[in-house]
Amino acid sequence: MSTRIDQRFGDLRKEGRPGLVTFISAGDPDYDTSLAILRAMPGAGADIIELGMPFSDPMAEGPPIQRASERALRGGQTMVKTLAMVREFRKGDTTTPLVLMGYYNPIYIYGNERFIADALAAGADGLIVVDLPPEADEELCLPAIKAGLNFIRLATPTTDDKRLPAVLANISGFVYYVSITGITGTASPDTGRVANAVKRIKGHTRLPVAVGFGVKTAEQARTIGLDADGVVVGSALVNAIAASLDPRGGASSSTVSAVTELTQELARGVREARRAVNPA
Amino acid sequence: MTIATPNSFRTGPDERGHFGIFGGRFVAETLMPLILDLEAAYEAAKRDPAYRAQLDDLNTHYTGRPSPLYFAERLTAQLGGAKIYFKRDELNHTGSHKINNCLGQILLAMRMGKTRIIAETGAGQHGVAVATVAARFGLPAVVYMGATDVERQKPNVFRMRLLGAELRPVTAGNGTLKDAMNEALRDWVTNVNDTYYLIGTAAGPHPYPAMVRDFQSVIGIEAREQMLTREGRLPDALVACVGGGSNAIGLFHPFLDDKDVKIYGVEAGGHGLEGIEHAASLTGGRPGVLHGNRTYLLQDDDGQIIEGHSISAGLDYPGVGPEHSWLHETGRVTYVPVTDKEALDAFQLLTRAEGIIPALEPAHALAHVAKLAPTMGKDEIILMNLCGRGDKDVFTVAKHLGMDI
Repeated sequence: MSTRIDQRFGDLRKEGRPGLVTFISAGDPDYDTSLAILRAMPGAGADIIELGMPFSDPMAEGPPIQRASERALRGGQTMVKTLAMVREFRKGDTTTPLVLMGYYNPIYIYGNERFIADALAAGADGLIVVDLPPEADEELCLPAIKAGLNFIRLATPTTDDKRLPAVLANISGFVYYVSITGITGTASPDTGRVANAVKRIKGHTRLPVAVGFGVKTAEQARTIGLDADGVVVGSALVNAIAASLDPRGGASSSTVSAVTELTQELARGVREARRAVNPA
Repeated sequence: MTIATPNSFRTGPDERGHFGIFGGRFVAETLMPLILDLEAAYEAAKRDPAYRAQLDDLNTHYTGRPSPLYFAERLTAQLGGAKIYFKRDELNHTGSHKINNCLGQILLAMRMGKTRIIAETGAGQHGVAVATVAARFGLPAVVYMGATDVERQKPNVFRMRLLGAELRPVTAGNGTLKDAMNEALRDWVTNVNDTYYLIGTAAGPHPYPAMVRDFQSVIGIEAREQMLTREGRLPDALVACVGGGSNAIGLFHPFLDDKDVKIYGVEAGGHGLEGIEHAASLTGGRPGVLHGNRTYLLQDDDGQIIEGHSISAGLDYPGVGPEHSWLHETGRVTYVPVTDKEALDAFQLLTRAEGIIPALEPAHALAHVAKLAPTMGKDEIILMNLCGRGDKDVFTVAKHLGMDI
């Protein structure tokens, strides 16, 4: 089954460049602003969007995404509203892939079957659930794939060759390589190691490999994009949201543009990535 | 809900860490290889007589085990019912049962070649035990503690620092135990090569719940023998407080297949279960997934975790060990809430009746004993785990009693 994600990576291959994968937390800092950001991101150059489902205890996130999640929850975001946001987005954009990313508990409480059905109906294309390893595939991964969603998993520097096949089994869409051992938005990846890791993963799968954790600038996006099929940026974008807020923590007139401007810059980075090695 | 009664309650978890539907390994991929390594190392250590001998020797000569089994004569007379015995784990070195687990795990960490210890702590009892064993074996320790808890547990904060541990206050969330655990997990994800995460309660991803239970089971194993020697029979009821539930599972586990022994786990009822100001995950929460395991959690309708509340910092965790969730659903153990007020009353009761100042955590267990004993016959026996002493709580108690010290 070909999904929007498969189609988008197919198109990117034809263009000969890596994709820009952007992350925001749904509802950060409020529903309307977050929806406006979501709608503006494809035009600013995002090829794939990861929409965070806020959770009170995001154990793999650094302070930027922790705070984004807190802002969203304080603003009244819920799973129902996150799915509504996907539906609203999909009304105006039928091609940009959207991946829902988060932690298992809010999905489990919403109800796995109901979540899969509602996410599909809203127009989501894939899921990343940070705390569901392959050992728990029967929980959500297999039913989601069966229903037609992509299930994307994180591979990390601690995922050795022995474990990699288990991590890659049952997944679809793309592989999300976590470029550092650490939490989001902290250390910057060592690009030499990233290149080797991407090569290693590609030895085990034909799926595209996107690289994230610690990518902040257009230059980093360009360098990583030389090896990866996609470059994921999250903390830098939510930091842009944070920096744009008014003194009371609410959205300001520059919140949406803060995100789109950084997205445009990062998009330039990924667009330069392959041109450098493969001049058209 | 009651599910089919198994032949034995003592065989769990299965090889994937499940107690019925509870437990498991719900962690980020970065940590999966680490917890698989840990499981293999623990399985190997369990089979190694040298490891066992070293732990037994430390339990005896460092901790002071076996802890006494004490007949609380005056309390029994005052309550006018069942005979009340205490398993006195508050007499352990460091003042609580936490040392039992810390010694087992730090020996394991050293076998694994780890050179840095991290831990979370709520009341600070586990943090003190970690700082103690780290000092004993010369390893650096970083203890994460919620900023709110740092404020209300100053004596333990000072003890940890005296012992040489680095204390890192956590301001995320409400600054309590769950936030400290999140932060410890983030540290572990960041420092995978040299760091050992010494979890203090029988929760977290497999193998922690089973491993911590095994180390704490020394409580129940000793108590069972001591009771047989003293009374020639098993007790009629066991009572222990449950936050994450490590002291309780340690007492309960060796008795789980003794069908005539009634077992009570006492949760922190805070200001009462009608509101959200409590930490009674089993009697006031529902199953979910947090900190690597499926278990009963305090959470809202959207699956967001709610901060627990209890007068006792050691009990206000919004989850509970997965084996307790399973024992709750199978009906083998009865879990009951006790309020802050009842625990405070029990704290004072024991102090005056027996000259023992209990920690606020076992004061919760004692409050249930005070309800239970008068309903039982004078020939019946209650065994309660007195898992910690109250020195750390005197400031909190003074404040609640309106005294200035």
